[in-house]
Amino acid sequence: MKTHLLFNLFATFLLADGLNIEDSAGQFFSSGHTNNWAVLVCTSRFWFNYRHVANTLSVYRSVKRLGIPDSHIVLMLADDMACNHRNPKPATVFSHKNMELNVYGDDVEVDYRGYEVTVENFLRVLTGRLPPSTPRSKRLLSDDRSNILIYLTGHGGNGFLKFQDSEEISNVELADAFEQMWQKRRYNELLFIIDTCQGASMYERFYSPNLMALASSQVGEDSLSHQPDLAIGVHLMDRYTFYLLEFLEDIHPASKANMNDLFKVCPKSQCVSTPGHRTDLFLRDPGSVLITDFFGSVRKVEITTEAIDLTEPIKEVEERPANGDVHKEMHSYVDQLPVSEIIHQKPKQKDWHPPDGFILGLWTLILLVFFQTYGIKHLRHIF
Amino acid sequence: MATTEVERRRGQLAALSIAAVVIIVGVPLWWRTTETYRAWLPVSQIKELAKLQLQLSADVEVVFARGTVTPEQQKKVPLTQTQEEEHAIDEDTALRYRYETRYRTATIMEEDALNQPTAAEADLSLHTLSESPCGSLVVYVIPVSSSLLPEDVNVYIGQRRTALLRIGPQMRVGKTLEQLLAHLEPRIKQVLQVMSFSHTDITAALSDRVRFSPDNKESIADSMRAFKSSPGYEITFSLLNPDPKSHQLHWDIEGAVETYIQPLLTKLSPVANFSIDSQTLYYAMLGVNPRFDASRSAYTLNADSLAHVINPVEARLGSNAASSNPVLNFLLYVPDAHHSPLYIQGRKKQEVPSNAFHSPRWGGIMVYNVNGFYGSKTDFPVDININMAKVMGVFLAQLRLLLGVQSSTPPPGFLVAPCGSTGLADWELDRLMWSRSVENIATATTTITSLAQLLDQIGNIVINDNIAQQVSSAVTSLQLAVAELEAGNLGFALQYSKEAILASEKAFFDPSLLHLLYFPDDQKFAIYIPLFLPMCVPILLSLLKIVSEARQRRRDRKAKND
Repeated sequence: MKTHLLFNLFATFLLADGLNIEDSAGQFFSSGHTNNWAVLVCTSRFWFNYRHVANTLSVYRSVKRLGIPDSHIVLMLADDMACNHRNPKPATVFSHKNMELNVYGDDVEVDYRGYEVTVENFLRVLTGRLPPSTPRSKRLLSDDRSNILIYLTGHGGNGFLKFQDSEEISNVELADAFEQMWQKRRYNELLFIIDTCQGASMYERFYSPNLMALASSQVGEDSLSHQPDLAIGVHLMDRYTFYLLEFLEDIHPASKANMNDLFKVCPKSQCVSTPGHRTDLFLRDPGSVLITDFFGSVRKVEITTEAIDLTEPIKEVEERPANGDVHKEMHSYVDQLPVSEIIHQKPKQKDWHPPDGFILGLWTLILLVFFQTYGIKHLRHIF
Repeated sequence: MATTEVERRRGQLAALSIAAVVIIVGVPLWWRTTETYRAWLPVSQIKELAKLQLQLSADVEVVFARGTVTPEQQKKVPLTQTQEEEHAIDEDTALRYRYETRYRTATIMEEDALNQPTAAEADLSLHTLSESPCGSLVVYVIPVSSSLLPEDVNVYIGQRRTALLRIGPQMRVGKTLEQLLAHLEPRIKQVLQVMSFSHTDITAALSDRVRFSPDNKESIADSMRAFKSSPGYEITFSLLNPDPKSHQLHWDIEGAVETYIQPLLTKLSPVANFSIDSQTLYYAMLGVNPRFDASRSAYTLNADSLAHVINPVEARLGSNAASSNPVLNFLLYVPDAHHSPLYIQGRKKQEVPSNAFHSPRWGGIMVYNVNGFYGSKTDFPVDININMAKVMGVFLAQLRLLLGVQSSTPPPGFLVAPCGSTGLADWELDRLMWSRSVENIATATTTITSLAQLLDQIGNIVINDNIAQQVSSAVTSLQLAVAELEAGNLGFALQYSKEAILASEKAFFDPSLLHLLYFPDDQKFAIYIPLFLPMCVPILLSLLKIVSEARQRRRDRKAKND
C-alpha cells in the first residue's frame, strides 16, 4: 500500500517535470497561428462623434504597443478629429478627461480616411476583392495561419451598423463576409469586438467556425459614453472601450491573461449596459486563449540548427559594357494636372442633351398661340 | 340605354386590355430589366471537381549491381511491376499512389561507376551516365559486402535522383526472384517515402480541403513553418548596424546573392518567381536587452526573449508596396561594441553554433559578432568586411526551411548526401514539386467550388464575361493538371496547377463580385407595394366585376331557358 503511494507520488513528480519541459514547446502548438492582423474601424463622422474615433485610436494604440506592426493593421477612421476645426487642441485625440492620455500620438498610420470608409470598402478589405491598384497597406493580406482582430465602433441598431450617416451594414452581410473569408481560409481565428448600441445583434448571425465575438451591449440596450471633457466639449470615450483600454494597459507582450478575463471587462455596474460575448463557434476553450493571441504579435521562433557549408568564393559581378549597347529609354511622367487646358480654356465639346424644361415650355407656348390664332384646319394652306 | 351599354362595353374592353398589357408586356419587361447579367459558368464540371480523386504516379528504376542477383534470377529480369495504394481522406477526397517499378541489371559503365571508393564519388560518376526525368528515381542495389557505404548505413541518397541500397544479408544465397523482390519492396518504399512523396506530406498539402489534425508535433510545426504556395515571393536581406560610430560594415551582398542564392532560386523557378532586394538599417536595435554571462564572458540572448526581438524591428523593415506576394526577411545583426560578443542560447541553455534563429512564415535573423576582428585599442570606426560565405550558409539553410524544401529527419540507416552547390538536391526539388502541385490543385478546387456555391446562393451578383472566362480556364487547367499527375509528368502538372490557381484566384477576388445587395423580404415588399398596388387594385376590381357580371348573365340566360 505504501509502496503504491510512493510510486504514485514519484510518477506524478516525473510527469510534472516532463510537462514543464513540454510546456515551453507546447506554446508553439497551442494557438496555431503565425501572424496577427487587426482591422479597426470607426464608422461615424462629425465632431460630436469624437468618442468613436478615440475608441478606435485607443485600441490601435494598445495593439501597436503589444507588437502588431503598422503593416499588419488596417485602420479606418471616418472623420478627422485631430485636425478638426473645432478641436481646441489640434493634432491630439484624448481618451481621458483633463487631457491625460493622447491616443493620437506621433506615428498613427490611417489606411482608410474620411469618405473612404464605406461599407463597400470595408467588405472589400475583409473579402480581399480590392482593385489591383490598391497598395499593400490598404490590403488585408492574411493567410490561413493569421489571427485577426476586428473592432467596430459607431452608431448601431438591431441588426445594423451605421456608416458615415448615410449607409448601413447588416449583420447578415457581415456574417456572409466572414463566411467568404473562411472559404478562402483567410483567417485561423477571428476575434470580433463591437462597441455600439445593441451590439450583440451584430454577431447573432455568424455561422463560420473559429469566430469569437464580444459586444458592449445586448439587443434593446444602448451603449453609453463615459466622460465628457469640458474643455473639448464632447464625450471622449465610450464606457466599454474605456474599461477595455484600462484592462489592456495592464497587458504586456509576455502576459498570460486569457479570454475569460476579457469577458469580465466592464460589468454592468460600470458599463450600465450588459456586455455580451459569443464563443460557441470557437474551437478552443476561451480559457486557453491568450489575450496576446489577438491583441499582440508574439512570434514563434525556432533555433536554426543547421547551416550549409559554402566553399565557393564570390563571383565578381561583371561590369556592363560602358558603350552605347544599353539604350536608355526616356520616361516622362503623365501630365497630372492639365494646366495647358485650364489656361487656354478651350471650349469643351458638350454632349447633346435633349432640350430641358424651359425651352420645351417656351416652344409649347409658341405653338399653342400659333394654332390658336390660325387653327389647325388652316395648316394645310400654310404648308 | 344603348350608349350606357356601349360605354359599359368600352369600359370592360379597356379594363381587359389594360390587364392584358400589364400581364403580357409589363411583367416580362420588369423581369428583364431587374435581371442581373450572369454569364454562363461550367457548373457541372465544377461539381465534378468538388470530388477530388488524385492519382500520383512515380517511376522507379531498380538496378541490380553485380553480386546481388544470381544468374538464374538474372534471366527473369528485366521486368516491370505496378503497385497501387489507395487512401480515402474524407468523403470528397481520395488519393491513389501508383508506383511503376522497372527492374534491370546494371550496364558495364554503371558497374564501373559503382566501383569508386566512396559513395559520393560513385554518385557523381553515375550522374554523368544518365539523366533521370523529373519525378522519377533510380535505385542501385549493391551487395552486402560492398565497401561503398559505411557499416551502419544501408541507404545512401545522392544529390540527383539516385539512391544506393545495400541488400540485406539474408538474401545472399539460394532465394528465388520473387523472394528477392518481396524483400526489396518495403525497403524501396521507404526510400520512396524519403525521396519522392510520403502520405503525410501529401495530406499536409491538402490542408486547404481537409482540415487535418496530424498525430505528431513535428508535422504540425512543419506545416506551420513553410510558406503556402504562392506564384511569387519577395526576399529581403537587411543588414542591421546599431553602432555605425564603431563599426563601418561592408558586405558584398550583390556578389553573395549572385553566387550563393541565385542558383537555388533559378532551380526553383518552375515553382515560383522570386524577387530579391537588400537594405542597410542604421541605429536599429534589437528590442530586448541581452544578459551578460560571466562564465562565457559574453552577452547572451535566451530562447524565450527571441520571440520579442522581431516586432520592434519589423516596423522599420518596409516592403515592396507594389506586390502582394509574401515576404521573406533575412536580417543580419551586428551587435554594437558594448554588447559584443552576443550569443544565442537554446531553450536548455545550450550553445547555438549558427548563432541564428528563424520564425515560421516570416524569415530569419543571424547575429554576427565582429569583436574578433579588431583589438581593444583601435580607432573607431573600424572597417569590417563581413564573411558572406558563412552568412549565406545560414541564410540558405533558413531559406530552405521556410520554403518547405527541408524534409523531416530520414529513418535510421539512411545517409543523405549534402545538397550540391545550388543548395538543393534534385529529389528535394521533386518532393517540393509534388507537394506544391497537390497543394495548388487542392486550393484551386476549393476556390472554384466555393465561388460557384457563392454565386449560386446569392442571385444578385453580376457575373461578367471575364469572370466566366477565368473560371472556365481554371477548370480546364485543373483537369489537365490532374491528368498530368496521373500520367506522371510532374513538370507539366505543376505548370498547369499554377495556371489553375492564378485563374481561380483572379476569378474569386475580382472586385466586381461584391455582394452589397442584401434585401430582406420585408424591404422588397416595401419597395414594390407602393409602385404596383395602386395600379393593380383598379384592374383587379374591374376584372372581378366583369367576371361577376358574366356569371350573372349566364345565370339569367339559364333561368330564361328553363
